[in-house]
Amino acid sequence: MAYDYQPFDYVPPPGLNGPEARHKVAIIGAGPIGLAMAIELANHGVPAVVLDDNNVVSVGSRAICWSKRSLEILDRLGVGEQSVTKGVTWKVGRTFHRAQEVFNFDLLPEDGHKMPAFVNLQQYYVEEYLVERARALGIDLRWKNKVVAVDPRADHAVLTVETPDGSYALEADWVIACDGARSPVRGMLGLDFEGELFEERFLIADIQMEADFPSERWFWFEPDFHTGQSALLHKQPDNIYRIDLQLGWDTDPEVEKQPERIIPRIERVVGHKNFTLDWTSIYTFQCRRLRNFVHGPVLFVGDSAHIVSPFGARGGNGGLQDVDALGWRLAAVVKGAQEADILAGYDRERVFGADENLLNSSRSTRFMSPEDGVERLFRDAVLHLASRVDFARPMVNSGRLSRPCVYPLIAPDADLPKGARPGAVAPDAPVAEGWLLNALGGEFVVLALGADAPAVPGARSLAPKVNDHLQSRYLGQANSAIYLIRPDQIVAARWLSASGDEIAAAMQAAWGA
Amino acid sequence: MALTTKPNIADADGFYAKLLATHRGLSEAQSHALNARLVLILSNHIGDADVLEAALALARDGA
Repeated sequence: MAYDYQPFDYVPPPGLNGPEARHKVAIIGAGPIGLAMAIELANHGVPAVVLDDNNVVSVGSRAICWSKRSLEILDRLGVGEQSVTKGVTWKVGRTFHRAQEVFNFDLLPEDGHKMPAFVNLQQYYVEEYLVERARALGIDLRWKNKVVAVDPRADHAVLTVETPDGSYALEADWVIACDGARSPVRGMLGLDFEGELFEERFLIADIQMEADFPSERWFWFEPDFHTGQSALLHKQPDNIYRIDLQLGWDTDPEVEKQPERIIPRIERVVGHKNFTLDWTSIYTFQCRRLRNFVHGPVLFVGDSAHIVSPFGARGGNGGLQDVDALGWRLAAVVKGAQEADILAGYDRERVFGADENLLNSSRSTRFMSPEDGVERLFRDAVLHLASRVDFARPMVNSGRLSRPCVYPLIAPDADLPKGARPGAVAPDAPVAEGWLLNALGGEFVVLALGADAPAVPGARSLAPKVNDHLQSRYLGQANSAIYLIRPDQIVAARWLSASGDEIAAAMQAAWGA
Repeated sequence: MALTTKPNIADADGFYAKLLATHRGLSEAQSHALNARLVLILSNHIGDADVLEAALALARDGA
């Protein structure tokens, strides 16, 4: 493969020689979500041990589309700029029906944001950067440590871990399952997903070739090179291109996986033979989640909690938003500053977020892969009309790309710009010192614009000089405003003016929310 | 806005004849496709979510 896989060293864990002291947090799975979770907790001053059954980064590019919000989260974790520098930045998507463009979108039409709308970057690079960062922070990463049993108790859990040198027991107050779509932990707890399994399969292929495709997302319905099906082309770094081809349910995945079947298909897409096959995979569309993400001392984060069909980039990006929503809450519980029941807020917000992702990806799947009968009738009618009249173009659904959800908070609000309402991610903007988002997060921030920031115990104050971007994103017609921003950079409450007591009360409510 | 269920087409017989004439010569599958496009075109023209919802419910009623 194009990427040079460097195995991480397995080190015999201390638990093999005698019981280890109970850990505060054990994270199962060192994928992007598990690693991000460990770094997020470390940034909050909470140590975690990370257990992974493997000893390399992701085999294959897998998650490649990182959203603006994910890049902002990665930036807070210390790997955002690296990811943008290496990645392919894009914001325009084009959708074709046969040879004709029928719809396009621009995901970030305005300037004044540190992070672009999307960056394409292979999952193995993101993991590589996160591992480097985790090591720099001294996080205990244990490779070839496979969790084979989870025993949840009243106030902790006991894990049985297998290593090349035998097995040991590890106790932790909290266990975070970041072990992916097939989550063994989910099985060990006897939990199952609820939701839809679509009868559709796609072939993913990464190819390496010298080409001059623009940095855009191209999606085809019924292209001439793949009759009656759908296809997607995405550019990645290192001259790697991702091609997704719809296979239909009647095909045999084992047969379709063979290079002699794949290569001729790719030749038809790119129009020549000058490429090498780097990695392939076949996936089935699913839109399912756990009913709840908090199960006593065991917390589910990322694909272990919810899986969506692709084409909305809602898997990895949804997982990072889980990390965002859990980190500050769990850290406060571990440090004894808050009661464990505040984790219900994580469950509620991320079930809400997962449902939004599931809704969008189910709709996209229905459009891309309609059932015979009326679903196909209307899908084809939309495509037929889209080439001739404007109104049908927004109905063409080749995936609605991940945007952070706006949590339904009940909180003080005022007549200020909608984009910065309570529950939304605080919009980025340039400030004198760099970027606003780099100055938010980690703890509660009282952001005062055109006013002095009242002192509030437990919150940091920030009063940047108002510029045009801050005016339009935070003030609108108002001359001044006070915003309370959560540690995960979500707007908790806002006022035209507020006393320290009002802000403190809103902060108290936000902990409980 | 409420869904109009009172007569609203001046020449009802003429419209009905035109609707049939539009389908003339099409196979059943082609007619279904035409109807689907027509539903989308008219729905967009109406636009109003409440009216569309009332129309969907009325059409579904008795199905």
